[in-house]
Formats: sequence, structure tokens, C-alpha cells
Amino acid sequence: MQQELTRKIRNNPKFAELTQKRTKFGWQLSILMLLLYYGFILIVAFVPSLLGVPVYGVITLGIPFGLVIIVSAFLLTGIYVRRANTEFDELNRQIIEESRR
Amino acid sequence: MRRIPHALAALTAAPVLTLSGGVFAADAISGAVQQQATNWTAIVMFLIFVAGTLGITYWAASKTKSAKDFYAAGGGITGFQNGLAIAGDYMSAASFLGISALVYTSGFDGLIYSIGFLVGWPIILFLIAEQLRNLGKYTFADVASYRLQQTPIRTLAASGSLVVVALYLIAQMVGAGKLIQLLFGLQYIYAVVLVGVLMILYVTFGGMLATTWVQIIKAILLLSGASFMALMVLVNYNFNIGALFQAAVDMHPKHVAIMQPGTLVADPISAISLGIALMFGTAGLPHILMRFFTVADAKEARKSVFYATGFIGYFYILTFIIGFGAIVLLMNNPEFFRPGPDGTINPITNMLGGTNMAAIHLARAVGGDLFLGFISAVAFATILAVVSGLTLAGASAVSHDLYASVFRRGRVNEQQEIRVSKIATVCLGILAIVLGIAFEQQNIAFMVGLAFAIAASANFPIIFLSMFWKKLTTRGALIGGFMGLISATVMVILGPTVWESVLAHPKGSAPFPYDNPAIFSVPLAFIATWLFSVTDKSRNAASEEAAFEAQYIRSQTGIGAEGASAH
Repeated sequence: MQQELTRKIRNNPKFAELTQKRTKFGWQLSILMLLLYYGFILIVAFVPSLLGVPVYGVITLGIPFGLVIIVSAFLLTGIYVRRANTEFDELNRQIIEESRR
Repeated sequence: MRRIPHALAALTAAPVLTLSGGVFAADAISGAVQQQATNWTAIVMFLIFVAGTLGITYWAASKTKSAKDFYAAGGGITGFQNGLAIAGDYMSAASFLGISALVYTSGFDGLIYSIGFLVGWPIILFLIAEQLRNLGKYTFADVASYRLQQTPIRTLAASGSLVVVALYLIAQMVGAGKLIQLLFGLQYIYAVVLVGVLMILYVTFGGMLATTWVQIIKAILLLSGASFMALMVLVNYNFNIGALFQAAVDMHPKHVAIMQPGTLVADPISAISLGIALMFGTAGLPHILMRFFTVADAKEARKSVFYATGFIGYFYILTFIIGFGAIVLLMNNPEFFRPGPDGTINPITNMLGGTNMAAIHLARAVGGDLFLGFISAVAFATILAVVSGLTLAGASAVSHDLYASVFRRGRVNEQQEIRVSKIATVCLGILAIVLGIAFEQQNIAFMVGLAFAIAASANFPIIFLSMFWKKLTTRGALIGGFMGLISATVMVILGPTVWESVLAHPKGSAPFPYDNPAIFSVPLAFIATWLFSVTDKSRNAASEEAAFEAQYIRSQTGIGAEGASAH
């Protein structure tokens, strides 16, 4: 029974579609987050003075940059959850339903 | 009032230390903390918190019957509640007092740490959260050992869990002892025994349900208190952020230097290594991973991370404002300082209780003695909530992984397993009290940093590869995981933090030049796991590879995953 279920899911093209889409989306967002964060860390490590450039009064570039990273971490998780909880979960529901027929 | 040199440095310096090349480490051992006058407001407020949480434990005890109830709160926690609880696990006393203190002393550098602690969360969501929920039952070892051999892999995962839990626990217990002297004016040992006894009560009677609600209540109190402080700071400047920063630059002895990266980042290798440890360490902390099994399904697991990231990010923005608020509202007020021998006040070195008290002093400045009592009580409650989660994670590793799976080979009933878990909780509680007392005078600043390094080097690679890499074998995971664990530990011991600051060897003599080993130990664990997996030609290896597909389908679709219990 379990093997039968596994076989059906594996052979359902929607399963490949789901895993490909989700994996791709997860990695795209991960790479974006990693670029933002390690970009920031590399600037801190190699050209810290860049973050000290004033942009408004005494407020330096580093402050909005840091806040942008914090806010993007939140927004990126929101973007992922939104798509996963609707599109991916719907696809997943169809796969499970079809495999139980 | 007496001067307390960097009283909380021991509690807070761990993350700071990893970048600072041991500058802060020296302060962690310097001098015993001086007990302050007894603060009855804080004590009464803390007792109200204890009474409330014991009430919750009583309620939770009536609902905690099965193993699933005990380890995973019956799987009935919502995504929003779990997000708050995860945020609570993460917003420790060290991050509240330590990061606001770092912003107070160095400004922008505080933000670098906050960001490092936050960015692991999106990665956890994008890559492992759903798979973790779909494959696991009670501990992350369930996931790692899903298609590998139970005995060796559970032993490895339990070792990784227990080492991380022990290091974290010691840091928290010592922090509790120091905080109670500063905030309540009570003796060190009271704190250690009180925390030990209360956490045993929460965990043994209320299991994960009580532990989760204690964490949720604390998170709400801490977020409310910190929001109020930040709001009052902003009100003082009519919400003109520019004016707030301008005033801080004018007032701070480092002036405009507080608006850019300072001296805390020693060199590029250290900066990147810290980034790796923080990002991947978060994804390997057993008490955090365990929270993914308390929700009903993958959908709720995703929501948990979304809310947790929001709360944690918001909290770090608050600590940044609080740190700057402390600069502008405290530095000109001699009430919060004790003049040096020459009669002048250095706002960095002469703060009463050390700069880790910046947020606490600010609470008094913006909200009077009543609010000071509230924030003090919340800071202490924070430690209590965090140690409860840690202890439950440690007890689960002992009962679910070592006892039920390794020692009894799965031939065990639920009630026996729960009983062992409760015994383990009591033992861990007593051990925590003993270690808390033993380490009072020790330099424990490196411990949280080491815990993150081990979580990133031993736990994370195995979890990640077991989910996504078909060819992972028991041999590869076992050798790679232990290499990560051992290399991270050895490099920390041979690094400046322990070698020079704890073991008192001369400065510059450390055989390993960096404070944080993650940049070396994480790749080492991955490479060793890969090498010893691909060269594994045993029959076991072949069957483990064959079992990957079924695991992959379950991890992706949730078919066969643990559901929520009926009640």
C-alpha cells in the first residue's frame, strides 16, 4: 500500500512540478538573503568606511542598509509563506488526492 | 552604590567575543558582581510571573498524557503561537541586555550582531522547515536517522544536542546568578537554585505545553516592555530619528564613530566565520528545532518561521533604539554613574552595574521605579523560560533518542519513555544547579559562541544532507558529524578566547588564531560526510540510498507525517 502510494506519487508529473518549483523558489530566496547578508558582512570586513558615508544628517549609509536587511528577512519569509501556503499546498493537495484514487 | 565592572559580561559577551578577539573576554571574569540593594518591586513582579506560569503548568499537566503531549504539546500549537515561542527562545536576557549594551558602547556594531542573529531564520524556512516538520516526530534525530541506522545516528545527534544544551545551560545559569544580584539584590545561589527548581517543575509536570506557554508569555512581556521603552525614547525626540542620532553623536565620547562599523570586527576571516556560525548554528539548535514538531503540519511550520522572523527582527530594531536612547537619556545623568577616582565620569566604564545595565537604567529613566521593577522581572523571567526549553530538549535527547531508540532498541512503551524523560529532566535540572554554582567564578563567555559553532558544524550538516542528499550513508554522517563536533570544540579551545582568556596563556600564543571556528569546521564536516559516504560501498549504504525516495516523497508532500493529536 505504502509502496503503491510512493510509486503513484513518483509517477505523477505534478510531483516533479511541485518539487522543482518549490526547490527553485527556496534557493532563489536563500541566495538573495545570503547575498544581502554576506554582502553586508564583506563590506564590514573589507571597506567599513563605506557604511560610514553620511546620507541624512549624521545618519550613515550603514543604518538604512542594516534596517533593509532586517526588513527584507521578514519580507522574504512572507513572500515564501504566501506562495507555499497557496500555490504549493494546492498542488500538493492535488497530488495526494490523485494518488489515493 | 558600588561599581560593578562589566557585571554581565559573562552573560552577554559570547556573541560579542567571537568578533572582538578576546577584548570582552577579559571583562567576563574580572571581579565578582556586587550585590545591589533589594528591589522589592522587581521581586514581587517576578513572583506574580512565577505564580501565573505555575498555574499554566497545572493546567498543562492535566493535558499532558501521551509522549506526543509531553514532547510536542500534542502537535496542537498554532503557527502564530509557535512563532512567538521561537522568538522567545531567541530573545534571551543576553540578547536584550547585551545587544542594547553593545549599541550603547559602540553604536552601529550592535546592529551587525542583531543582523547575524536574524538572517538564519529565512534560510531555515526556505530550505529545511517543512521537511523537518514532515519527517520528524519529537527530536531532530528523528529526521537525521530516518533512513540511516538508528543506533549510531541517534547517538551522534544526542551527543550534538546534549553538548549544545549543556553549554547554553551553563551560560544561562551563571547569567541568572549574576542578574539576580544586580536586579533583585539577592544572592547568586538563590537564583541558580530557584531557576533550577522552577524549570524542573515546568518541564516534568507541564512538558512542552507548559514550556511553550511560559515562553509565549515571556515573549509578550519582553516585546511590550521593549516597545514601551523605544516609544518613550522616540517621544522624547518627537519621533525625529535624525535628532535622536544627532544628539547621540554629540553626547557619545566616540562621537560620529558610533554611526559606522567600529573596532569589534578584528579581520575578514573572523567576520565571515561569525556569520557562518550564526546563520547555520541557528538551524542546528536542538531546542529551536524541537519547536517545529509542536505544530500541526508544514503549513503551520512555515507560518511559525514567518512570525518568529517578524518578532525577532522587530525586537532587534527595538534594542537598537533602546541602545541609542540609553546614550541620549543616560549619559548626561550622573545618577546612573559612579565617578572615577579623579571625580570625572566616563560614560562607558563608570556606569553603575556595568554597561550591560544600560537597558535596565533606561527603564528607570523612562518609566520610573515601577517600570524598572517590571523590566528587571522580565529579564529574569527570560532566563527561566529559555532554560526550560533547553532542558526539555536535553531530556528528549536522553529519553527519546538514547533510552528508547539506542538503549532499548525501540522496545519501550510510551509511559516508560515519558518516565525516563522526567527523570532526565530532574537530573539535568540538578546538574544545571551544580554547574551554575561551579562556574560562578569561571569565564563562561565563550560558551554560547561554542554552542553555535557546534550546532553549525555537527548538527546542521547532518540534518541538511539527510534531507537532500541521496547518497548520504550512516558511515559518512557518523564520521562527518563527529568531525564537526570535535573540530569545532578543539579549535575553540585552541583559539584566543579559551587559550588566552580562560587558560591564561600569554596573549598571542593561541595555536588557532580565530575566535570562531565555523569557517573551517563547517566545510570540514560537509567534506568528511561526503567523502566517507561516497566511498561507502557496504550493503547498508546501498539500502540507505534506496530508502531515500520514500523519505523524499514524505518530506515533500507530508504523506505519513505525524499529525496533531485528537484533543
